[in-house]
Amino acid sequence: MDILLVEDNPGDIRLTLETFRDANPNIRLHVARDGAEALDFLRHKGTHVTSPRPELILMDLNMPKMDGRQVLAEIKSDVNLKLIPTVILTTSDAEADVVKCFQLQANSFLCKPVELAAFESLVKSINDFWMTKTRLPLLTGQDSLMPIQ
Amino acid sequence: MDVLLVEDNPGDVQLMRLVFQEVFTSVRLHVANDGLEALAFLRRLGPNAKAPRPDLILLDLNMPKMDGRELLAEIKKDAGLRIIPVVILTTSVAEEDVLAGYSLQASSYLRKPVDFIALKKRMQTVGEYWLNVTVPNQSLYCCS
Repeated sequence: MDILLVEDNPGDIRLTLETFRDANPNIRLHVARDGAEALDFLRHKGTHVTSPRPELILMDLNMPKMDGRQVLAEIKSDVNLKLIPTVILTTSDAEADVVKCFQLQANSFLCKPVELAAFESLVKSINDFWMTKTRLPLLTGQDSLMPIQ
Repeated sequence: MDVLLVEDNPGDVQLMRLVFQEVFTSVRLHVANDGLEALAFLRRLGPNAKAPRPDLILLDLNMPKMDGRELLAEIKKDAGLRIIPVVILTTSVAEEDVLAGYSLQASSYLRKPVDFIALKKRMQTVGEYWLNVTVPNQSLYCCS
Protein backbone atom coordinates (compact mmCIF):
# COMPACT_ATOMS: atom_id res chain seq x y z
CA MET A 1 0.00 0.00 0.00
CA ASP A 2 1.19 3.49 -0.83
CA ILE A 3 0.86 6.62 1.28
CA LEU A 4 2.00 10.05 0.15
CA LEU A 5 3.40 12.18 2.98
CA VAL A 6 3.51 15.88 2.11
CA GLU A 7 5.83 17.44 4.66
CA ASP A 8 8.73 19.89 4.53
CA ASN A 9 10.32 19.38 7.95
CA PRO A 10 13.21 16.84 7.69
CA GLY A 11 12.86 15.77 11.32
CA ASP A 12 9.15 15.11 10.97
CA ILE A 13 9.74 13.21 7.71
CA ARG A 14 12.29 10.93 9.33
CA LEU A 15 10.14 10.35 12.40
CA THR A 16 7.06 9.58 10.28
CA LEU A 17 9.02 7.17 8.05
CA GLU A 18 10.40 5.28 11.04
CA THR A 19 7.12 5.18 12.91
CA PHE A 20 5.17 3.87 9.92
CA ARG A 21 7.87 1.28 9.29
CA ASP A 22 7.33 -0.02 12.81
CA ALA A 23 3.53 0.17 12.61
CA ASN A 24 3.11 -1.54 9.24
CA PRO A 25 6.06 -2.76 7.13
CA ASN A 26 3.74 -3.27 4.14
CA ILE A 27 3.23 0.46 3.71
CA ARG A 28 5.38 2.31 1.19
CA LEU A 29 5.61 5.88 2.40
CA HIS A 30 6.49 8.37 -0.34
CA VAL A 31 7.55 11.88 0.54
CA ALA A 32 6.89 15.20 -1.21
CA ARG A 33 8.65 18.13 0.44
CA ASP A 34 6.27 20.84 -0.70
CA GLY A 35 2.89 21.23 -2.35
CA ALA A 36 4.24 21.59 -5.87
CA GLU A 37 6.17 18.32 -5.57
CA ALA A 38 3.06 16.62 -4.17
CA LEU A 39 1.03 17.62 -7.22
CA ASP A 40 3.84 16.46 -9.53
CA PHE A 41 3.83 13.10 -7.72
CA LEU A 42 0.05 12.77 -7.97
CA ARG A 43 -0.02 13.83 -11.61
CA HIS A 44 3.04 11.76 -12.57
CA LYS A 45 5.00 14.77 -13.76
CA GLY A 46 8.73 15.55 -13.95
CA THR A 47 10.76 13.02 -11.99
CA HIS A 48 7.54 11.33 -10.82
CA VAL A 49 6.43 9.78 -14.11
CA THR A 50 6.34 6.29 -12.60
CA SER A 51 4.96 7.27 -9.19
CA PRO A 52 2.17 5.03 -7.87
CA ARG A 53 -1.26 6.34 -7.05
CA PRO A 54 -1.38 6.59 -3.24
CA GLU A 55 -4.24 5.04 -1.27
CA LEU A 56 -3.98 7.85 1.29
CA ILE A 57 -2.44 11.32 1.49
CA LEU A 58 -1.07 12.70 4.77
CA MET A 59 -0.42 16.40 4.46
CA ASP A 60 1.08 19.19 6.53
CA LEU A 61 -0.42 22.66 6.11
CA ASN A 62 2.46 25.08 6.27
CA MET A 63 5.01 24.45 3.52
CA PRO A 64 7.01 26.46 0.99
CA LYS A 65 6.02 27.04 -2.67
CA MET A 66 2.45 25.80 -2.36
CA ASP A 67 0.98 25.21 1.09
CA GLY A 68 -1.32 22.42 2.21
CA ARG A 69 -4.54 24.40 1.82
CA GLN A 70 -3.73 25.15 -1.82
CA VAL A 71 -2.76 21.54 -2.53
CA LEU A 72 -5.94 20.29 -0.87
CA ALA A 73 -8.02 22.65 -3.02
CA GLU A 74 -6.19 21.37 -6.13
CA ILE A 75 -6.67 17.72 -5.18
CA LYS A 76 -10.37 18.07 -4.42
CA SER A 77 -11.08 19.96 -7.63
CA ASP A 78 -9.23 17.44 -9.82
CA VAL A 79 -11.56 14.69 -11.06
CA ASN A 80 -8.64 12.28 -11.20
CA LEU A 81 -7.52 12.87 -7.61
CA LYS A 82 -10.46 14.01 -5.52
CA LEU A 83 -11.47 10.60 -4.20
CA ILE A 84 -8.09 9.86 -2.63
CA PRO A 85 -8.66 10.27 1.13
CA THR A 86 -6.64 13.25 2.31
CA VAL A 87 -5.80 13.59 5.98
CA ILE A 88 -4.35 16.83 7.34
CA LEU A 89 -1.50 16.22 9.80
CA THR A 90 -0.27 19.46 11.28
CA THR A 91 0.83 21.16 14.48
CA SER A 92 -1.86 23.79 13.96
CA ASP A 93 -5.10 23.37 15.81
CA ALA A 94 -6.33 26.87 14.94
CA GLU A 95 -10.08 26.77 14.50
CA ALA A 96 -9.73 28.69 11.23
CA ASP A 97 -7.44 25.98 9.81
CA VAL A 98 -9.76 23.17 10.90
CA VAL A 99 -12.83 24.81 9.39
CA LYS A 100 -11.00 25.79 6.20
CA CYS A 101 -9.71 22.24 5.68
CA PHE A 102 -13.16 20.73 6.15
CA GLN A 103 -14.59 23.27 3.73
CA LEU A 104 -11.93 22.13 1.27
CA GLN A 105 -13.15 18.53 1.82
CA ALA A 106 -10.29 17.13 3.88
CA ASN A 107 -11.30 13.66 5.04
CA SER A 108 -9.98 14.26 8.52
CA PHE A 109 -7.81 16.65 10.49
CA LEU A 110 -5.15 15.43 12.92
CA CYS A 111 -2.99 17.46 15.24
CA LYS A 112 0.63 16.35 15.23
CA PRO A 113 1.76 15.77 18.81
CA VAL A 114 5.16 16.85 20.00
CA GLU A 115 5.85 13.87 22.28
CA LEU A 116 7.27 10.76 20.62
CA ALA A 117 4.98 8.27 22.37
CA ALA A 118 1.89 10.28 21.42
CA PHE A 119 3.10 10.50 17.81
CA GLU A 120 3.65 6.73 17.68
CA SER A 121 0.17 6.22 19.05
CA LEU A 122 -1.26 8.57 16.44
CA VAL A 123 0.49 6.70 13.61
CA LYS A 124 -0.86 3.42 14.97
CA SER A 125 -4.38 4.87 14.92
CA ILE A 126 -3.92 6.08 11.34
CA ASN A 127 -2.66 2.66 10.31
CA ASP A 128 -5.39 0.77 12.20
CA PHE A 129 -8.20 2.88 10.82
CA TRP A 130 -7.20 3.77 7.28
CA MET A 131 -4.96 0.87 6.31
CA THR A 132 -6.73 -2.05 7.93
CA LYS A 133 -10.41 -1.20 8.54
CA THR A 134 -11.42 1.37 5.97
CA ARG A 135 -12.63 0.39 2.54
CA LEU A 136 -10.58 2.66 0.30
CA PRO A 137 -11.70 3.46 -3.23
CA LEU A 138 -10.07 1.35 -5.91
CA LEU A 139 -9.09 4.12 -8.25
CA THR A 140 -7.61 3.98 -11.67
CA GLY A 141 -7.27 7.67 -12.41
CA GLN A 142 -10.75 7.69 -13.93
CA ASP A 143 -12.66 9.05 -10.97
CA SER A 144 -14.83 11.19 -13.20
CA LEU A 145 -16.31 8.09 -14.83
CA MET A 146 -17.67 6.71 -11.60
CA PRO A 147 -21.41 6.69 -11.07
CA ILE A 148 -22.75 9.28 -8.65
CA GLN A 149 -26.11 8.43 -7.15
CA MET B 1 -19.65 12.84 23.34
CA ASP B 2 -22.51 12.10 21.01
CA VAL B 3 -22.72 9.75 18.04
CA LEU B 4 -25.67 9.65 15.66
CA LEU B 5 -26.31 6.22 14.16
CA VAL B 6 -28.50 6.33 11.06
CA GLU B 7 -29.75 2.79 10.58
CA ASP B 8 -33.12 1.26 9.78
CA ASN B 9 -32.49 -2.37 10.70
CA PRO B 10 -33.70 -2.97 14.30
CA GLY B 11 -31.30 -5.89 14.76
CA ASP B 12 -28.32 -3.81 13.70
CA VAL B 13 -29.42 -0.97 15.98
CA GLN B 14 -29.66 -3.35 18.92
CA LEU B 15 -26.24 -4.83 18.14
CA MET B 16 -24.70 -1.36 17.97
CA ARG B 17 -26.32 -0.36 21.27
CA LEU B 18 -24.68 -3.39 22.91
CA VAL B 19 -21.32 -2.50 21.37
CA PHE B 20 -21.55 1.08 22.61
CA GLN B 21 -22.54 -0.08 26.09
CA GLU B 22 -19.43 -2.26 26.25
CA VAL B 23 -16.90 -0.09 24.43
CA PHE B 24 -17.88 3.54 24.76
CA THR B 25 -19.26 4.00 28.23
CA SER B 26 -19.09 7.80 28.09
CA VAL B 27 -20.51 8.19 24.57
CA ARG B 28 -24.21 8.82 24.05
CA LEU B 29 -25.59 6.90 21.07
CA HIS B 30 -28.55 8.49 19.28
CA VAL B 31 -30.44 6.58 16.62
CA ALA B 32 -32.33 7.79 13.55
CA ASN B 33 -34.14 5.12 11.56
CA ASP B 34 -33.98 6.85 8.19
CA GLY B 35 -32.49 9.87 6.48
CA LEU B 36 -35.44 12.17 7.18
CA GLU B 37 -35.33 11.37 10.87
CA ALA B 38 -31.58 12.02 10.85
CA LEU B 39 -32.00 15.43 9.20
CA ALA B 40 -34.68 16.38 11.74
CA PHE B 41 -32.25 15.42 14.51
CA LEU B 42 -29.35 17.34 12.98
CA ARG B 43 -31.47 20.43 12.28
CA ARG B 44 -33.21 20.21 15.65
CA LEU B 45 -36.66 20.11 14.16
CA GLY B 46 -39.87 19.14 15.95
CA PRO B 47 -39.23 17.00 19.02
CA ASN B 48 -35.45 17.27 18.40
CA ALA B 49 -35.25 20.91 19.52
CA LYS B 50 -32.70 20.03 22.19
CA ALA B 51 -30.78 17.41 20.20
CA PRO B 52 -27.00 17.67 20.68
CA ARG B 53 -24.69 18.19 17.75
CA PRO B 54 -23.11 14.76 17.16
CA ASP B 55 -19.32 14.39 17.11
CA LEU B 56 -19.65 11.61 14.55
CA ILE B 57 -22.33 10.25 12.23
CA LEU B 58 -22.39 6.53 11.41
CA LEU B 59 -24.41 6.10 8.27
CA ASP B 60 -26.05 3.09 6.67
CA LEU B 61 -26.65 3.39 2.93
CA ASN B 62 -29.86 1.57 2.22
CA MET B 63 -32.81 2.94 4.16
CA PRO B 64 -36.43 3.94 3.49
CA LYS B 65 -37.71 7.50 2.90
CA MET B 66 -34.30 9.10 2.42
CA ASP B 67 -31.35 6.78 1.91
CA GLY B 68 -27.77 7.28 3.08
CA ARG B 69 -26.56 8.79 -0.20
CA GLU B 70 -29.30 11.41 -0.22
CA LEU B 71 -28.74 12.22 3.43
CA LEU B 72 -24.98 12.55 2.92
CA ALA B 73 -25.56 14.96 0.02
CA GLU B 74 -27.89 17.05 2.23
CA ILE B 75 -25.38 17.14 5.09
CA LYS B 76 -22.52 18.23 2.85
CA LYS B 77 -24.67 20.98 1.27
CA ASP B 78 -25.44 22.41 4.70
CA ALA B 79 -22.75 24.79 5.95
CA GLY B 80 -23.80 24.15 9.55
CA LEU B 81 -23.49 20.37 9.27
CA ARG B 82 -20.76 19.61 6.75
CA ILE B 83 -17.93 19.70 9.28
CA ILE B 84 -19.36 16.70 11.18
CA PRO B 85 -17.45 13.57 10.13
CA VAL B 86 -19.65 11.01 8.38
CA VAL B 87 -18.46 7.42 8.32
CA ILE B 88 -20.42 5.09 6.09
CA LEU B 89 -21.02 1.77 7.81
CA THR B 90 -22.76 -0.69 5.54
CA THR B 91 -22.86 -4.32 4.52
CA SER B 92 -22.41 -3.29 0.89
CA VAL B 93 -18.97 -3.92 -0.54
CA ALA B 94 -20.02 -2.89 -4.06
CA GLU B 95 -17.29 -0.73 -5.55
CA GLU B 96 -19.87 1.71 -6.95
CA ASP B 97 -21.15 2.30 -3.41
CA VAL B 98 -17.60 2.90 -2.13
CA LEU B 99 -16.88 5.37 -4.93
CA ALA B 100 -20.25 7.11 -4.54
CA GLY B 101 -19.64 7.46 -0.80
CA TYR B 102 -16.26 9.14 -1.23
CA SER B 103 -17.60 11.19 -4.11
CA LEU B 104 -20.35 12.53 -1.84
CA GLN B 105 -17.59 13.50 0.62
CA ALA B 106 -18.01 10.78 3.22
CA SER B 107 -15.04 10.92 5.59
CA SER B 108 -14.54 7.21 5.18
CA TYR B 109 -16.27 3.96 4.26
CA LEU B 110 -16.37 0.79 6.35
CA ARG B 111 -17.90 -2.58 5.85
CA LYS B 112 -20.23 -3.50 8.69
CA PRO B 113 -19.41 -6.92 10.16
CA VAL B 114 -22.42 -9.06 10.96
CA ASP B 115 -21.21 -10.68 14.16
CA PHE B 116 -20.88 -8.98 17.51
CA ILE B 117 -17.19 -9.63 18.20
CA ALA B 118 -16.06 -8.37 14.79
CA LEU B 119 -18.34 -5.33 15.02
CA LYS B 120 -17.01 -4.55 18.48
CA LYS B 121 -13.40 -4.70 17.24
CA ARG B 122 -14.19 -2.51 14.27
CA MET B 123 -15.99 0.05 16.40
CA GLN B 124 -13.08 0.17 18.84
CA THR B 125 -10.85 1.27 15.97
CA VAL B 126 -13.46 3.72 14.68
CA GLY B 127 -13.91 5.22 18.13
CA GLU B 128 -10.18 5.48 18.80
CA TYR B 129 -9.67 7.37 15.54
CA TRP B 130 -12.78 9.54 15.27
CA LEU B 131 -13.60 10.17 18.91
CA ASN B 132 -10.12 10.37 20.42
CA VAL B 133 -7.63 11.38 17.79
CA THR B 134 -9.23 13.67 15.24
CA VAL B 135 -9.69 17.40 15.58
CA PRO B 136 -12.10 19.05 16.34
CA ASN B 137 -13.69 16.20 18.20
CA GLN B 138 -11.25 15.86 21.01
CA SER B 139 -7.80 17.30 21.34
CA LEU B 140 -6.31 14.23 22.96
CA TYR B 141 -2.90 14.66 21.44
CA CYS B 142 -3.20 18.29 20.82
CA CYS B 143 -1.28 21.35 21.53
CA SER B 144 -3.95 23.47 23.17
